[in-house]
Amino acid sequence: MEIYRLTIHEAHELLKKREISCEELTKALFDRIKSVDEKIRAYITLDEEGALQKSREVDKRKDFTNPLTGVPVAIKDNICTEGLKTTCASKILENFIPPYDATLSVRLKSRDAVILGKTNMDEFAMGSSTENSAFFATRNPWDTTRVPGGSSGGSAAAVAADECIFAIGSDTGGSIRQPAGYCGVVGMKPTYGRVSRYGLVAYASSLDQIGPITKDVTDCAMVLNAIAGRDIMDSTSADIPVPDYTLSLKPDVSGMKIGIPREYFGEGIDAEVREAVLNAAKVFEKMGASCEEISLPHTEYALWAYYIIAPAEASSNLARYDGIRYGVRAKDYEDLIDLYKKTRSEGFGAEVKRRIMLGTYALSSGYYDAYYLKAQKVRTLVKRDFDQAFKKYDFILCPTAPTVAFKIGENTDDPLKMYMNDVCTIPVNMAGLPGISLPCGFSGNMPIGLQIIGRPFDEPTILQAAYAFEQATEYHLKKPCIDSDTASSGEQKCDKEPDAGKGVIA
Amino acid sequence: MKIEKHTVDHVANLARLYLSEEEKAEMMEKLNSILDYMEKLNELDTTNIEPTAHVIPIKNVFREDEVKESLSLEETLKNAPDRSGNFFRVPRIIEE
Repeated sequence: MEIYRLTIHEAHELLKKREISCEELTKALFDRIKSVDEKIRAYITLDEEGALQKSREVDKRKDFTNPLTGVPVAIKDNICTEGLKTTCASKILENFIPPYDATLSVRLKSRDAVILGKTNMDEFAMGSSTENSAFFATRNPWDTTRVPGGSSGGSAAAVAADECIFAIGSDTGGSIRQPAGYCGVVGMKPTYGRVSRYGLVAYASSLDQIGPITKDVTDCAMVLNAIAGRDIMDSTSADIPVPDYTLSLKPDVSGMKIGIPREYFGEGIDAEVREAVLNAAKVFEKMGASCEEISLPHTEYALWAYYIIAPAEASSNLARYDGIRYGVRAKDYEDLIDLYKKTRSEGFGAEVKRRIMLGTYALSSGYYDAYYLKAQKVRTLVKRDFDQAFKKYDFILCPTAPTVAFKIGENTDDPLKMYMNDVCTIPVNMAGLPGISLPCGFSGNMPIGLQIIGRPFDEPTILQAAYAFEQATEYHLKKPCIDSDTASSGEQKCDKEPDAGKGVIA
Repeated sequence: MKIEKHTVDHVANLARLYLSEEEKAEMMEKLNSILDYMEKLNELDTTNIEPTAHVIPIKNVFREDEVKESLSLEETLKNAPDRSGNFFRVPRIIEE
């Protein structure tokens, strides 16, 4: 049995029955990482020693009541882990060892999850391909000539390549859902405020949210149970009771009303993506839900308003990287201002500088009303679109991204083309809503992501819909084949790997 | 609105960044093409629209000002790029 392929709920059953030990499982994951990560490059830092030690402690304690206990997890490298390097995939933080844990890390540790390491990402979570990492690009396990998406590309690739049982990402404009879609796994951005951001390195504070990346919807609900809830350390975390999300795992959508926004199927959306998502709508109809075309007229404007608001907040948040208290400091400076400027110029990559410049400009004297205030007003309109739709519909169904994963290097010279990749996910952040991506088909060998968007704090409904769809289809059972001989070419052949998922069985 | 070179210089200074001439030219070109798209927002009439800073209604949270455990001096200074005793060392900022 290849135990590194297990889901959380499968691993939990085996651990509970003592059919496998936590140490065995942890070792199997590190063996897997050693055999495939040189091709995928999902991890920036591995903590083999710490993970194995933890696994032995867990085995000794013999208490597997909580489903996450003893389950190996990968954490995005912008979430602080005490004593374990947290770089944000940036040169400016390449030596940063946090003296404290993010609330996310505290919650996983208190459930005795085993932290394997920290995953690669676009620097400071700015990007849609993980190519903006200051260290190296991560590759898509389905085709190593393609990107895994981003910015949580390392986390999504690690889940897809079975280099962890589950992973944690962060999502500011699609950074969990888009890579989950590109890698054929499940990724959820919870409602803004559902999960504490304390210890998450801030990019755009009014949009950032932490969430799970998992192999199936059941796992997603289990992780959300562990990480959601009010935290005194984050005053924007919501004081709203956390339900047991696993109670939503019912394969039943009968009577539900689904809105399908026409703006998400227009120009720039790949024909095969469109077809797969419309097929998904038919699956829901067969299960007794009703679908109607709707309009969210401010969809495209959301993208442009985002690219003012996010860089503006980033320019302010990233002002703290000055080479004084932590991180890398430039050598040979003349005075304090020179120290700041040299440190920041050497420490930040091109896209980070671009967004800091854009944001600083948008907030600067004389331009604030024209850009930032205008964008905040457009944000109100985007939110109203959704409010209106949710009066009538239980959830919204659309693609996660306009295309499947693109080739490495394809969009790196054109920021606008890269930004367009987020057109389906950004409005959800702008309105603070929960959204989940799960596989709904393939274009050639590449997975297509289906996005389900819900009302604020209505994660139960989107989990239920996602679960129903997953149970009715087999897309989530298909696994990428990571074959060493063909890793450099687009075509991958593999006899040993399972190839379960073809079509719809609803 | 078009960004010109002196604006790039001004903004780079505000952002505490040095940019090479090449970087400045590239920044100007890319920022302008991005800002062209931003002009699309002006198609929308937002005269009577309230801005949204936060999507979830939140208010200030007060708590008692109590002394609690915090990071030790050692932990706080552990990541310092330049340390002198119990201080972060920086270049002199007050003229002699």
